[in-house]
Parts: sequence; C-alpha cells; structure tokens
Amino acid sequence: MNARITLRVDGRDRPVALDTRTTLLDALRDRLSVTSPKKGCDHGQCGACTVLLDGRRVVSCLILAVACDGSEVVTAQGLVEEGEPHPVQRAFLEEDGFQCGFCTPGQICSAVGMLQEVKAGHPSQVTDDLTGPVTLDDEEIRERLSGNLCRCGAYVNIVAALREETAPSEETSPRAETSPSEEAES
Amino acid sequence: MSVAPARAPRDIAAPGGGGVGDSALRPDGVLKVRGEFAYSSDLWIDGMLWGATLRSPHPRAKILSIDTSEALAHPGVWTVLTHEDVPGRKHFGVDHTWDQPVLAFDEVRHQGEPIALVAADHPETARRALEKIRIEYEVLEPLTDARRAAFDPAYPRVQPRGNVARHQPVRVGDVDAARELAEVVVSGEFQVGMQDQAFLGPESGLAIPAEDGGVDLYVATQWMHNDLEQIGPCLGLAEDKIRMTLSGVGGAFGGREDLSMQIHAAMLALRTGKPVKIVYNRYESFFGHVHRHPAQMRYEYGATKDGRIVYADVEIILDGGAYTSSTKNVVGNAASLAVGPYVIPNVRIDAYGVYTNNPPCGAMRGFGAVQACFAFESMMDRLADACGLDPVTVRQVNAAAEGSALATGQIIWAPLPMAEMLQTARELPMPAPADTGDLRDLPGGVSQTTHGEGVRRGVGYGVGLKNICFSEGYDDYSTARVRLEVIGGEPVAMVHTAAAEVGQGLVTLEAQIARTELGVRRVVIQPADNRVGDAGSSSASRQSYMTGGAVMTACQAVREGMAALAAARFGHARDDLSFTGDKVVSESAGVLGTIAELLGDAVIEETREYHHRPTTGMDPVTGRGDSHAQLALCVHRAVVDVDVDLGLVKVVELAAVQDVGRILNRVALEGQIHGGSAQGLGLAVMEEIVVENGRVRNPSFTDYLIPTILDMPPMRLEILENADPRAPYGLRGAGEPSTLSSTPAIVAAIRDATGLALTRVPVRPEHITGSS
Repeated sequence: MNARITLRVDGRDRPVALDTRTTLLDALRDRLSVTSPKKGCDHGQCGACTVLLDGRRVVSCLILAVACDGSEVVTAQGLVEEGEPHPVQRAFLEEDGFQCGFCTPGQICSAVGMLQEVKAGHPSQVTDDLTGPVTLDDEEIRERLSGNLCRCGAYVNIVAALREETAPSEETSPRAETSPSEEAES
Repeated sequence: MSVAPARAPRDIAAPGGGGVGDSALRPDGVLKVRGEFAYSSDLWIDGMLWGATLRSPHPRAKILSIDTSEALAHPGVWTVLTHEDVPGRKHFGVDHTWDQPVLAFDEVRHQGEPIALVAADHPETARRALEKIRIEYEVLEPLTDARRAAFDPAYPRVQPRGNVARHQPVRVGDVDAARELAEVVVSGEFQVGMQDQAFLGPESGLAIPAEDGGVDLYVATQWMHNDLEQIGPCLGLAEDKIRMTLSGVGGAFGGREDLSMQIHAAMLALRTGKPVKIVYNRYESFFGHVHRHPAQMRYEYGATKDGRIVYADVEIILDGGAYTSSTKNVVGNAASLAVGPYVIPNVRIDAYGVYTNNPPCGAMRGFGAVQACFAFESMMDRLADACGLDPVTVRQVNAAAEGSALATGQIIWAPLPMAEMLQTARELPMPAPADTGDLRDLPGGVSQTTHGEGVRRGVGYGVGLKNICFSEGYDDYSTARVRLEVIGGEPVAMVHTAAAEVGQGLVTLEAQIARTELGVRRVVIQPADNRVGDAGSSSASRQSYMTGGAVMTACQAVREGMAALAAARFGHARDDLSFTGDKVVSESAGVLGTIAELLGDAVIEETREYHHRPTTGMDPVTGRGDSHAQLALCVHRAVVDVDVDLGLVKVVELAAVQDVGRILNRVALEGQIHGGSAQGLGLAVMEEIVVENGRVRNPSFTDYLIPTILDMPPMRLEILENADPRAPYGLRGAGEPSTLSSTPAIVAAIRDATGLALTRVPVRPEHITGSS
C-alpha cells in the first residue's frame, strides 16, 4: 500500500509517495536523497541514523515514514544555519570527536537532542538531584549518549566536545564536572 | 569513463593551517560533522540497480545443483549470476592467495560463502529473488577443530593442499638444556575468541559499466591497487579498463583489506549494462568480511628465582577458517612477536595457521600480534607471582631495549625505552577509590541487584610490541603525486595518492606535510583513485610512514623545482632559499617575493615512490631474519572495579604510555590511542563472534557487543618522542600498538581484583562468577 505524506526535512516541505512499510530512514536516504543519517544496523542498535523528529531524538530506522506525516525532521545537515555549523558540530570538529565520521551525524543529532532534554530538566539514571536543574557532567554525557556507537572509539573526545560545548566559560578545566545546564546552548 | 554518480568523492580543500607537529583539523572534518561527507553507502546514480548476494547457510556442503530460473522470472529482476558467469579467473584472494571462489561451485566451505548474485530494480526485490534461487546441497559435517587441523593427519582436508596454511617455527639456543637451569617454571594455555572489526559503515559500493567495455568502481576499501590486481583477472579485464575511486570509508580496522562486493557489483553491472549498487546490511556484514583469528596458545617459561626468563616454549594455533586471506602473514607476526619485547636466550616457538570450516579470518588491527600479546603478558604476570615480584618489575627485568635482539635475532635499531615507560605508567596518579556508597559508580550501575558488597578494585599492566609496515621482505611502497600551481592568486599544492583515508586522519597529515615541505598555506587533497600509483594498504599502522614518506619526497622534489626557479629569478644560491607562508625567503636577504609571483603560470608536478628499508623473510626452520621494518611500543595500565558476585567489570581508567617517535598531530594521534585502547577493551571483556559447529550465533549488534561511551573510561596518555632514524620525521606508526596492550592490561586488572586465572578473552561474567 502506498501513501502520500509530507515531511518537513531540514526546513523544507518534502511531499513523497511511498510504500507504507518504508522506514523514515529509507524515506530520507533513498526517496528524498537526504543521506546525512546513516544506516549502520537498521535495527536501532547503533544510533547512526539518529535525527530530531519534532525536536526529539529518534533512531529513524525504527519509525515508519507514514507515522511522521506532517512532522519536522532535522538531520545533521539541517543543523547548519546559514552556512554556519551548529555549535555542537563545531565542538566535534575542534575536539576531534570522530575519526571515520560514519556515526557522527547521528552522534551530533543525539547530542543536540540530549542537550535539550537536559535543558528541560529531564533526569537520567545518574542525575544527582531529581528535582533541580540537571548538571551536565561527564557521567551525564556518557549516560545520555550511550545509544550511539562509535567503533573508532572516539568517545574520549566526544565527551570532551560536549564538555566544551556546555562549558560556561573558558576557565573550565579539562576535567570539569559541572556546568549549569541553563547555559547550555542547544 | 562514465558519468560520475551523485555523492562521488571530490577534491577537499584543507582548511586552516598547520604543518608537521601541529594539531591541524581534518580536511574532511567539516563535511563529516555536517553530514555531507559521502560514504560508499551514500552513492547514487539514477537508473541504478541493486545487487544482492545469496550466501550458504551451511558451513560445509557439496553443491549438487543451482536453479536460478524462478528467481530470473521474478518481476523487477534483471539478472541472476552464478560461478558460471564469472568472466575470468574463478578465484580471488588478498595478496596473491587466489583460493577464494568469486562464487562458490562444487562445495561451500563456510557459512555465508557467496553462491549467487541478483540485480533488481529495488533492494527488497533483489532479496526476495534470492529466496527463489534453488540450491541442492549435500550437507557435510563441518571441520572446526583447529588443533586437529594443525596436527592430525587423519583429519579430513578443508583445502586440497592440506589444512596447514603456514607453520612458522622460531628457534633460539637450546630450550631443553635451559629447562635444566630453570629455577621457576610457569605455564599456561590461553585462548582468544574471534573478534570482529564491526566498522559502522557496511560494505558497499557502486559499479558503473563504461563505454569501453570496462567498469568504474566506487568502493570503500583499504588498498585499491591490491583490489585491482584481483578484480581485473576475475573480470577478464585489463587493469586500465577498471577505474577505481575510493568512496567514503566508514571505518575499516582490517576488515576491508579483503574484497567483499567489488567483483560481484562489477559482474552485475557488466552483465546488465546498468550501474549496480550493493550495500550489505549488518547481518550480512558479519559474513561479508574476515575476522580476527581465534587463537589457542600454550606457553611455558622457565626463569631464575629473580625473575629472569631463561627459556620460552610456545605453541600458537590460529584458526584461519576456510580460505587463506592474510593467514600466512598473521602467522609470521604471531611467530616473530610471540614472546614480545622481552629478551629470552632460549626460545622454541611454533606458530600455525590452519584451515577449518569456521568463518575465514584475516586482517584486524593488531594482526597476529594481539593474540600473542594476550598470552605472553598473561605469562609475565604468572611469572611475577611465581617469583614474588610485582608485575612492573618482572617486565623491567626482562625488558628489551635498543641493541637487544628479538626472538628472530633482529637487533632493535632504534630507541625502545620500555623499562622507563613501565616506570612512567606505574607512577601515574591513580583514580579515586571506588565509592561503594554511590551505586552509580559501581559495575553495572544502579539497576543491579547487588549494592557494592562484592566490588573489588584491581590494577594491571600490559606491554605491546607491534611491527609497523609490512614485514618479511615485502616491499610495500607508496606513491604520491604533488602538483603546485597558482589558483586564484595563491599557490596551491594538490596532493594525489591512492591511499585510503579510513578515519585515521591520513589526509590531515598529507596536508600538514605539504604545508611544511612547500611553505604554502593552501592544500587540496584529491580523491584517492588508481590514476596514481600504488599506495599500499591502510593497515599495519603504515600510512603515516609510507604515504607520509611519499608525500614528503614528492613535495621535496617540487620544492627543488621551485628553488631552481627562484635561484634563476632572484640570483640567489639555492641553499640560501626557503619557502614559508607562501613566500620566497632568503636567509641572507629576507623575503624576496611571493611563491605566486615566482610561479606565475608555471606548474610543477612531481610523482615519487617511497620505500622503507628492505626487510628479509623469516628462515622457514629457525625463524631468523630482519623481518620487521619498524617497531612500536605501548604500555597500558588498567584500573578496574569488578563485582565478583555478578561477574561485571567496569574499566575505571586506562592509562597508556606510547612512544611515537615524533608527534605529527597530537590530537589525531591521541584519537588513535583512544580508539586502539577501546577495541582492546572490547576484546578483553565483551567482543566475540560466537561460532558453534561452524555457525555464527550472534551476527548483530544486539548480540555482538562493542564498547559504548559508557564502557570507555577516561584515559591518561603519556606520549614519548624517541625518533626512529629510518622513518620520515622520525615517526613511528601509531594505530595499532594500543590495541595490543589494553587487552592484557585489563585482564590482568581483573585477575588482580578476583584472584582468578582468566585464560580466555573475552572474559565473560560467568568466568568471574564461576557459573559457566
């Protein structure tokens, strides 16, 4: 069965007719030529296909495209604004938070979604204070990005990139454990 | 040449600056973080077909018949191909082994062996059609016992030429006589499970038929020219009819050194006259490339009471699976590095690589040295216990150094400050003790059923010695073409090689070298393809050395050309002239002008090959020989917390001390050490392809676990720069050594915490709890 849907992808309306069994990932990559989300496993295990769906991070290989009709999809490519990389993209670049880069668009979308969750005060398993604002220390970064595999093992630098990205000032030490979430750019 | 596909690789301008020694940013980094870097799975050309591969469900069976008629009749299917359709040579094999069928005939020798190909107008159609290919098998009992394959002449043959791919002995002194002198004897049997490269970007590529009867291939590979040497004969095409372009590589780690879909996609494209794309899914990827050899190892060391080793008696069996792949070279590494960086006067080593009906094994980061390192480092800890020494001291007592000999008799010609590196590792600050009051800090986290009462801290050390570049007489040269011209008023260096950027940062380094050698700011890295000479493989930690060396010498030749122009123009002696910051500078008279003015319309282009110093083979009886081109050392200290009740391990911290000769790019280098350590951690505590009776039980990321960001601890790095005088800039290859040493360090730490023997990696929870 086919369906006509419209996705708003990286700021553009993209009408498409597709087989209702098509995943959001396949729709993006094979029907709409949006290849920044990567297919690493197609089973929701690796996170390389992570996109922001109406602002929330999702693995696009586990969602049917028809379920997203009318939704806003932002991929790593769409985080670039007026030619300028998103601050998280810049942090990954500057901290060398990747090697082969295959997982990177997913890592970056996941990180942007994660920073918004932190800003909204959503606690994780390792959050100290469940009632107050979340302090994004290294443990929180690790806990919240554990759904995105990086086989090159660039994890140390991914943590550094997000630590850098959320640091309140340049005086933050490399092992800084705290930074007020309110100041997190996202 | 046909029309290029969408998202084909293109020239990449290296942004910013940075010469040799600077932490320059990756030229391809901006594209990668923006999601715009094109990987081989992103390739697209309108009208293309999708290829799919039928694979054997059996590890061993006779093929009685293949019927493709029903599949051919399936709507949307363009062609179905079998071994009868292979246009040329029926076998391929990395590095001239030629024993692996392009498509199986008569017999299948491992589960997942390719048998037939389909091209269809949709990937799902292609997969459906595969199900309609009828194959009659006579299923046979698989031969999976590597020890019997090595030693039992009555064991049936997997390969007609016998079951031993290579036996490499190493003999030094007289082990039997030394046994009489030994005051302490320790022994052990160790096993390493089958590890997978598990690169995230699956095998994929696009073949486009060309008007001249040839084919344009866009693929992710580690070594284009070796691919070409296999693809050409199998397709029955001259090499100049095959244009190969490296597409974006989503990780490699050895798993792309052998061919996967290259010949298959080209066959389908040539048959249909249409472009054909093949992309493996994750399940298929587990069958689509070779793995790390599982190993069974028996070690016996004799020593004096003070811990000095007087003999080593070693047997290593590496299961190569059904086909040769790199097994012979893996055996050479395991044999020559079987006792690692330790001085032992009497040595008997026998390393075997054997054929079985298990999945084929070949190159993976560490290449034969990983398996041996786990065993000999485990032995060092046993020796320490037996002699009442601490693990660092026993290693220092026996440590090799510059001037001492490897087991092969090769004299170590460059600094090897192993004893000092161990000392450094020992003296690094320790992480804070486990806070058993905070459940979040415990192995397994807050959701566990215990509450820290069974948590023990352990510390362990590991030392890894890795050969850099190809060994045993192999001339693995590299080629670089460098072109200097004025574009947009500025001098621009164009660097062209066939070397595969697989994430290691080679293109960053190429740009840094060009800036340093030519004194220009703008560098463009051209796509890697076979219009330039062989660069050798992106493996053996060799590309900084070899392609770095080729780019360096090509740049130096271009600089000579510039110097000749400048000497004529400015009337200065050549040795008075240098080039920096886009300017021509005289030592005596300062800035003379710009490089742009000097060049005008001139173009200087030079191509150079770079060879490392020749090595020799290993003597087939004694193993003697100067077989290695370079050696690199890494020392790890691992700190773990182990919940002995649950069998869970948390690696609290990894510290690494590595000698890299010279730091060319600190950030990229640190990334390599982090990554190598992570993969060693994976082998230590989680990663194994579980094979039962020749069948893979866990071909998915649900069941084959690789380290996540939660598993990877913080790292402390100490990087030394003791130059290797033979190497460009004094550098030492840095990609692999940390992969060797992190595994035994972590296991030693778990032993320290638990008191268990732990002779097998990966260490599983049931090995710790004793419930297996």
